[in-house]
Amino acid sequence: MLWSILLLALREIRRNVLRSSLTILGIVIGVAAVITMVTIGGGATAKVTADVRSLGSNLIEVMPGQGPRPGGARESAAMFKIEDAEAIAREVSGLAAMAPVATKTMQAISGSANWSTTVTGTTNAYLQVRNWSPAGGRQFTDDELRAGSAVCLLGATVRKELLGGQDPVGVTIRLQKLSCQVIGVLAKKGQTSFGMDQDDLILVPLRMLQRRIAGNTDVGAISVSARDGVSTEKVQRDIERLLRERRRITPDKDDDFHVRNMQQLVSTLAGTTRVLTALLGAVGTVSLLVGGIGIMNIMLVSVTERTREIGIRLAIGALEREVLVQFLVEAAVLSSFGGLVGIGLGLAAAAAGATALEVPFILNLGIVTLAFVFSAAVGVVFGFFPARQAARLDPIEALRHE
Amino acid sequence: MNRRASEHANGLMIELTAVTKVYGAGQAAVRALRGIDLRINQGEFVAVMGPSGSGKSTCMNILGCLDTPTSGVYRFQGLDVGTLTRNQRALLRRRYLGFVFQGYNLLNRTSALENVELPLLYRGVLAGKRRVRALQALESVGLTGWESHTPGELSGGQQQRVAIARAIVTDPAVLFADEPTGNLDSAMGREIMELLSALNDERGITVVMVTHEPEMAKFARRTIRFRDGRIESDGRDGGAA
Repeated sequence: MLWSILLLALREIRRNVLRSSLTILGIVIGVAAVITMVTIGGGATAKVTADVRSLGSNLIEVMPGQGPRPGGARESAAMFKIEDAEAIAREVSGLAAMAPVATKTMQAISGSANWSTTVTGTTNAYLQVRNWSPAGGRQFTDDELRAGSAVCLLGATVRKELLGGQDPVGVTIRLQKLSCQVIGVLAKKGQTSFGMDQDDLILVPLRMLQRRIAGNTDVGAISVSARDGVSTEKVQRDIERLLRERRRITPDKDDDFHVRNMQQLVSTLAGTTRVLTALLGAVGTVSLLVGGIGIMNIMLVSVTERTREIGIRLAIGALEREVLVQFLVEAAVLSSFGGLVGIGLGLAAAAAGATALEVPFILNLGIVTLAFVFSAAVGVVFGFFPARQAARLDPIEALRHE
Repeated sequence: MNRRASEHANGLMIELTAVTKVYGAGQAAVRALRGIDLRINQGEFVAVMGPSGSGKSTCMNILGCLDTPTSGVYRFQGLDVGTLTRNQRALLRRRYLGFVFQGYNLLNRTSALENVELPLLYRGVLAGKRRVRALQALESVGLTGWESHTPGELSGGQQQRVAIARAIVTDPAVLFADEPTGNLDSAMGREIMELLSALNDERGITVVMVTHEPEMAKFARRTIRFRDGRIESDGRDGGAA
């Protein structure tokens, strides 16, 4: 019996293709919107998380000066010295690695090639902290670090711009007037989701940058990575306490340095994209609801329009229940068909959008299933009222209806 | 005026006892039926006549189990219809009754075959069997070859024959026809009447038919006239006036 009712419903839908497709339009748009937004949102979350992770796992960066904050007014603050970095390495527990960093933007020259980049003075620990590895050549030796020798490691972008396809190891490049021998190259890391090219840098020993380029003993930043399983927040608090002490900041004053905790950044960003995804999902849900009301509206019209037909069915012996089920099935078939179309459209749009936005396309089967079930449920819920209206018609009245 | 069951050898199909029907209440109440006693036996061909508002349509609705009496008893094959629920009456219609209406009442945009299959669908007859029986019914009303035509593509007479095929496809005990020739010219009307007569003669289906036209009523073997909610006359063989 149910099978025949299903056939009846399908026949009825087929008989009025235009009206049926207009009816499901709301559902199609709603489902497509939810699927697109949730899928792209999921991809964006995955990309942002992966990006931040590529900056270095458990990375904590300490910089002099107050961090970016509303208002913009900042007090100038003293740079760190190498002793600050050494004190952190010595006194803060739970560290996997510590790298002092000083940077300067300058022209790098090789033959006729000329590239403006960031020269970063640091130690080998920088690679560990940044979760990075050399792609060729070697790292700095202890002697080179101690002596501040003119040797360097090139980021992938700098290597391409300066040397093209040439084997870089052993080549001498110039940083302003200073000749510097390339001892290795770094693996490609790519862009961050904030559009920053991570491969546009040259690594030199810290002491070389301080003495021969900057002409001071400043350390611009201290990068630290926490050991796995160690709370980055605890490490951050310990560093803050130690630096306040060393920089003699009285308790009534604010820090004159700031700490950037990547783990925190990850969770903040993930939280933000989650909220955005939920918001977009909610917008989609509203349009699904509107689609449901559209279905109810059309079904009510259809009940009025088909009053005579219902009268005929009742007169020749259709039970109230059978008419109810017929209309419910019609509504459910319509709306779940709309759901299927919406899922197809949504996935297509999500795939296109993911390509355009350069985020991975991650198929979320959960949301696909949910959207389908929800759209079918919308049909049943919003179809019920019109269906009951139809089933309760008086056959005599219904037959008389013009 | 009233007939007794003992006068007939055939089984008693329909029995109305002191049936009244009142629409509305208080001052506005309309007494459509004011005490009807009626017996119809199996195999009869009854014409019901009477002016508009005489109660004949109300009586037909009650006989067809589409409506229930306000008071009095309606027994269909001995079963008191007044005690049945809406659903039970639907089951009774499905099982024992066939309907033919003045306006044909076929489903639009649906082929003749599908229209005829409809009652079988509600009976739960399987698709293959449904098709065979519907084709047989269409054949018996002379519409072989027209199965796939929709009502819009058929003449009035043909549509009415589809409606008759739909009514008899379930082998009903009683066929109710409400002015079946009302929308047809007299030639087509006669064809329909001949078809109903044949069904009555050959298949023994009890036919109860409302009509305005004495010419059509002559096909029946018994004529009941209504006036003012009462039976005015009840005669045999083409109808005493």
